[in-house]
Amino acid sequence: MTSTTDHLTPEDYEAIATELDALREEIVDDLGERDAAYIHRIIRVQRGLEIAARAVLLGSSLPPAWIAGTATLAVAKILENMEIGHNVMHGQWDWMRDPKIHSTTWEWDNVSPAEQWKHSHNFVHHTFTNILGKDKDVGYGILRVTPEQEWHWANIPQPVYNALLAMFFEYGVALHDLEIDKIRAGTNDPEETRAKLRAIGRKIRRQWGKDYLAFPLLSGPQFLSTLSANFTANALRNVWAHMIIFCGHFPGDIEVFEEERLDGETKGEWYVRQLLGSANITGGSLFHLMTGNLSHQIEHHLFPDLPSNRYAEIAPRVRALCEKYDLPYHTGSLSKQVTSTWKKIFRYALPGPRTEQSEPSEPDRAPVERPVAA
Amino acid sequence: MTSPHAIARRPGRAGAGRRQRLAAAARLLTTPLLPEDYLGLLNPLWSTAEPRGRIEAVRHETPGTATLVIRPGPAWRGHLPGQWVKVGVDIDGVRHWRTFSLSSPPRPDGRITITVKAGPDGFVSAYLVNEVKPGTIIRLGDAEGDFILPSELPERLLFLTAGSGITPVMAMLRHLAEEGSRADIVLVHSARTEEDVIFGAELRALGERLPGLTLHERHTGRDGRFAPAELDAICPDWAEREAWACGPAGMLDDASAHWTDAGVDGRLRLERFRLAPVAGGEGGRVRFTKSDVEVEADGSTPLLEAGESAGALLPSGCRMGICYSCVGRLCSGQVRDLRTGEVHGEEGQIIQTCVSAAAGPVDIEL
Repeated sequence: MTSTTDHLTPEDYEAIATELDALREEIVDDLGERDAAYIHRIIRVQRGLEIAARAVLLGSSLPPAWIAGTATLAVAKILENMEIGHNVMHGQWDWMRDPKIHSTTWEWDNVSPAEQWKHSHNFVHHTFTNILGKDKDVGYGILRVTPEQEWHWANIPQPVYNALLAMFFEYGVALHDLEIDKIRAGTNDPEETRAKLRAIGRKIRRQWGKDYLAFPLLSGPQFLSTLSANFTANALRNVWAHMIIFCGHFPGDIEVFEEERLDGETKGEWYVRQLLGSANITGGSLFHLMTGNLSHQIEHHLFPDLPSNRYAEIAPRVRALCEKYDLPYHTGSLSKQVTSTWKKIFRYALPGPRTEQSEPSEPDRAPVERPVAA
Repeated sequence: MTSPHAIARRPGRAGAGRRQRLAAAARLLTTPLLPEDYLGLLNPLWSTAEPRGRIEAVRHETPGTATLVIRPGPAWRGHLPGQWVKVGVDIDGVRHWRTFSLSSPPRPDGRITITVKAGPDGFVSAYLVNEVKPGTIIRLGDAEGDFILPSELPERLLFLTAGSGITPVMAMLRHLAEEGSRADIVLVHSARTEEDVIFGAELRALGERLPGLTLHERHTGRDGRFAPAELDAICPDWAEREAWACGPAGMLDDASAHWTDAGVDGRLRLERFRLAPVAGGEGGRVRFTKSDVEVEADGSTPLLEAGESAGALLPSGCRMGICYSCVGRLCSGQVRDLRTGEVHGEEGQIIQTCVSAAAGPVDIEL
């Protein structure tokens, strides 16, 4: 356990679980017409924006049309991926029993196939949040974001990796469920890996077919300018999503945990791990919408299947609970969180610092299993 | 009589090929969604994947009964008089499906009607009768059921109905009236009082449009329940007629026994109203339909664990109700949410097996 939680007794953990379970139940009981109207409205607005963007880009050779269309398309894609797709695939709207807005049927406007994303994200990342060696989102398998991760000379250019990852984030997300570390170690099932790659290939073909062939062809002689607009919109969405998501688990004093913590972890301990391993971003309601409410990362990690429109409402109560039990509630402005994240990526490109109980580093990059220091 | 499939217009083969290529091209532009997901912004009825309808009017028939006039979208494939349809309606944000008999024959304007009786335990029917507003979009299934008229219409017919059991028969009678049928038709209909007769005024006047119709109205509040043995007096040739019966289970059981005793049960068609799902109970038999595994589970064991211990290979993930990897479609029965204790479940609902236990017998499509 970490020093931030040394003061908590088993009774405290139990009380935290009881309080948070009760909060979840209160919101679940209250879900209804207002929430359904919210997601229906967001979907309508998103589709309207997308149609508008595609229409404007039919005249993409005119610079103002290129700029307006690209910006609108980027916003539509961000809304689709973050406030709609991510949250629908979490099952946040399954309670409506609408097969069109359902975690089992949604496919998103992204090269990552929904089925694989739901496994790597909903199950692996949300269940094992910030457990080194288990949560593949800690550094995405290519970045060293915490001193507890082994340093390797390949970490030196990691600021460059991260910039590239930002540009092409959707491809990084698509490859995420392949579990590159297992492939490297030769412990993957080759047949399964091939099936996943085929699914990714099919999805990429359809996405490219739409953005880089069909719509450019529709705009006739403006083929290239429409293609560049669509590419830019995808890239803008990638950079934005990458930035928001990296602010969720990497900035400031966010903690990581050793795998042993999972042995007999209680619901209360699971909640506290989610609290300590997530960070919010402050901002206005439009900003929260554009982050898919991942600016309420803490609330999202405590209750990944509660509808996103409710996170802002429960945030003050989660924060009050943190104060009551003297637990940190990581939050900050976008610029503060982004700066902090990038600082870490630069700092941990280099070896060290030594963690309190760390042993001399080993040459290979085996999953880290040593105790986490203060 | 034509089948519902024949009613729908089918493009010629060349047209179909062109249409398919056009649809594929449109899908390329809208991937990963469908063109109709965008067209629905303009007109919510334009959906082929999910037939829909708009409620245009709500007509109150008797206290507690209303007829909904529905304009179906282009995906509606038509129906035959006497068939029923599944209707999906969103109440407080949640989709509920119920089955209702269609009370209209196929009409040139394409509209259909369902007639709904607000049952004391049916909050969906109560919502449709008392609260739903014209303009509401509902989901429709395909018309189903073989409680229909034969393609070769017999010369003598008998209808035995009670309460809201009149609705599918009303569709047939209206159809016969529109066709100008001269058939000899006897309708024996029971309701508690004269005021409780759904379509009472129309039924009493229907003889003008259906000259062969004889209506026997039974008011059970005053005269008691109708016994099939009474048919000998009011319709002596009942055993020689093609017969249709629709109403409460007790009435249908009586009719079935009566026709069987006379050795003419082949002439009787029954339409049973579906029963509400059996609620509650602690644990029960759980059947995983795809895995073909059946297991007795208690009320505190998650369906996932029960299935796995019985050897079913089931999808799973976090095992704490957050990741939705383990979900399966409920075919029948109800489950208890182990986190909240709430018992819920309707046919077709997606269930998280890792945090749901059986509340009575359960069939799940996994």
